[in-house]
Amino acid sequence: MVHLVPICLPGQARLLDDVGNRIAKAFSTTVTTRPPRFDPEMAFDKSRGQYHSTVILESLLADSSNSGDRILGVAGVDLFIPILTYVFGEAQLDGRAAVVSIYRLDNGRYGLPGSASLLNDRLAKEAIHELGHTAGLVHCHHPVCVMRSSTYVEDIDVKSAEFCPDCLQELRTSVVRI
Amino acid sequence: MSPQKASILIVDDELSVRDSLLHWFRKDGLNVSTAANATLALQALEQGSYDIVLLDIKMPGMDGMELQGRIHTLAPKTIVIMMTAFASVDTAVRALKQGAFDYVTKPIDPDELSHLVARALKERRLEDENSQLRETIAELSSADFVIGESPAMHKVMELIRQVAQTNATVMIRGESGTGKELVARTIHANSTRKFFPIIPINCGAMPDSLLESELFGHEKGAFTGANFRRKGRLEMADGGTLFLDEIGTITPKMQVDLLRAIETGEVMRLGGLRPVEVDFRIVCATNEDLEKMVADGRFRQDLYYRINVFSIALPPLRERLEDIGTLARHFLKRLALQMDKRVSDISPEAIQKMMAYDWPGNVRELANAIERAMVVSRGSVIRPEDLPFVLPETQVISAPAGDSLADMEKAHIAVILARTRWNISQSADLLQIDRATLYNKIKRYGLQRGESRDADTNGNKPA
Repeated sequence: MVHLVPICLPGQARLLDDVGNRIAKAFSTTVTTRPPRFDPEMAFDKSRGQYHSTVILESLLADSSNSGDRILGVAGVDLFIPILTYVFGEAQLDGRAAVVSIYRLDNGRYGLPGSASLLNDRLAKEAIHELGHTAGLVHCHHPVCVMRSSTYVEDIDVKSAEFCPDCLQELRTSVVRI
Repeated sequence: MSPQKASILIVDDELSVRDSLLHWFRKDGLNVSTAANATLALQALEQGSYDIVLLDIKMPGMDGMELQGRIHTLAPKTIVIMMTAFASVDTAVRALKQGAFDYVTKPIDPDELSHLVARALKERRLEDENSQLRETIAELSSADFVIGESPAMHKVMELIRQVAQTNATVMIRGESGTGKELVARTIHANSTRKFFPIIPINCGAMPDSLLESELFGHEKGAFTGANFRRKGRLEMADGGTLFLDEIGTITPKMQVDLLRAIETGEVMRLGGLRPVEVDFRIVCATNEDLEKMVADGRFRQDLYYRINVFSIALPPLRERLEDIGTLARHFLKRLALQMDKRVSDISPEAIQKMMAYDWPGNVRELANAIERAMVVSRGSVIRPEDLPFVLPETQVISAPAGDSLADMEKAHIAVILARTRWNISQSADLLQIDRATLYNKIKRYGLQRGESRDADTNGNKPA
């Protein structure tokens, strides 16, 4: 089971519904949505004006039961890890928690006309990608596999929301089921 | 090369930097280690090898620039990427001059980091591939080919064709000098592993303790004199073929260690803590009776079955006399090029003389004989007198002219007479007949003392 936790994401219920459905289909699992039980502002770094994704991950873990369920934070703010300028998301490899941000996924941020369906697509791909990491999958070199690493938003558009046969096989044989 | 994970060492005094990069690169499928300062980084580099070191320039104690210099000495193949919080042109230029692959400014753009590491890994892989290809080309260009028109050699070539493309372990049997290593190289050159190295090792040529470190390698300080970490031959053969010559000479302990390496595909360096995965094919050679050694308990049965999967027996040269002409002309052609000598042929008499010799040193001896003949030859054709080996004058005619018992007897008496330099009493003793009978046989077969004196005076044997 996957629990979606919106973080600083007001008025995006439809977006959450849509990504929930795509995740449910990709992993053949059930998805629920609930608000966070922690203050996301503690992850805010004033000097950078961004939110520390590792701090959010830790808060998500502390905020969840110790079951095999996955918890995915969906943030409306810009995320970073100290050494990098930004990240689209972060996940515990072989763990329980992941977080993705829509901040840099919106075309409007790049001075282009906004597109709700493109944003939905990009979010779904990044959410499935990060949850794939929690199942132990690492980055894949297959050109359109969802586990391919994306560092530019255009990279996300190139890949699909599907796992390649190798990753799918690994996912099926993974000890921990999502 | 086996598809091993690339490895990266992150050296930074800030925990948050180490942690975030650790998680970032793990998701890329890399083997990641971290070190909080230069001392710990050097320790890590002594214990394991890394493809890339990501190094912070500014650290308390030994700084990144100094550490970079040490890494260059300790692990010259490792690619160093420098990280700096301040984009200082001076520092960056200094780092690059010192041999750094590139430098990045903190915080790093994820796209830049990802491309930089991919580029570094590609360069590392190309460098490895390049050095392996150079070795392979050097080996292939110096290698001969298996030559022979005799049915025995045709069979050998057919066996090589059958087994080369497989991954099966091959055992090559044959007397010294029959070309066992050449067969091993031919198998390798025709296998899918041909672009990786073939690593030969003569097990009989070194003491057991040395052989162990030669085969398995050692870590620094594993024993007195082990001043550096060294890869063993098994590791060097990764992706390629390991040729173990004189396999019958290895001690029981080495047999156990070798069996373990073959069965697990892993090698533990002497003094090492972690096994290293290696993908190699084994080709062995021996001229000993391994079956008897197994029966006597001197060779482990399990190892015997592991290495004796496919066997190729090389006939001695005396059992394939028809190949002597082809082989001799092949060596002549090759040596003429090497020695820049205009010797272009071998006379039929010289070939006949060679066919009458029993070649205890096999093809190797033949090659040496031709080389010597080319040195002493004055004309453009090698003649019998250029050939160095001791050959009784009558031995040339001692080959039986026919298949009858009388033909055999005539030839044998001729050989004995030549050996005793026509001393009748000595010959009669050797033949276990009386002198009168010997005289009668000499008369009946029309045997005559030859006129050539070189066989009597030339005592040289080829090396």
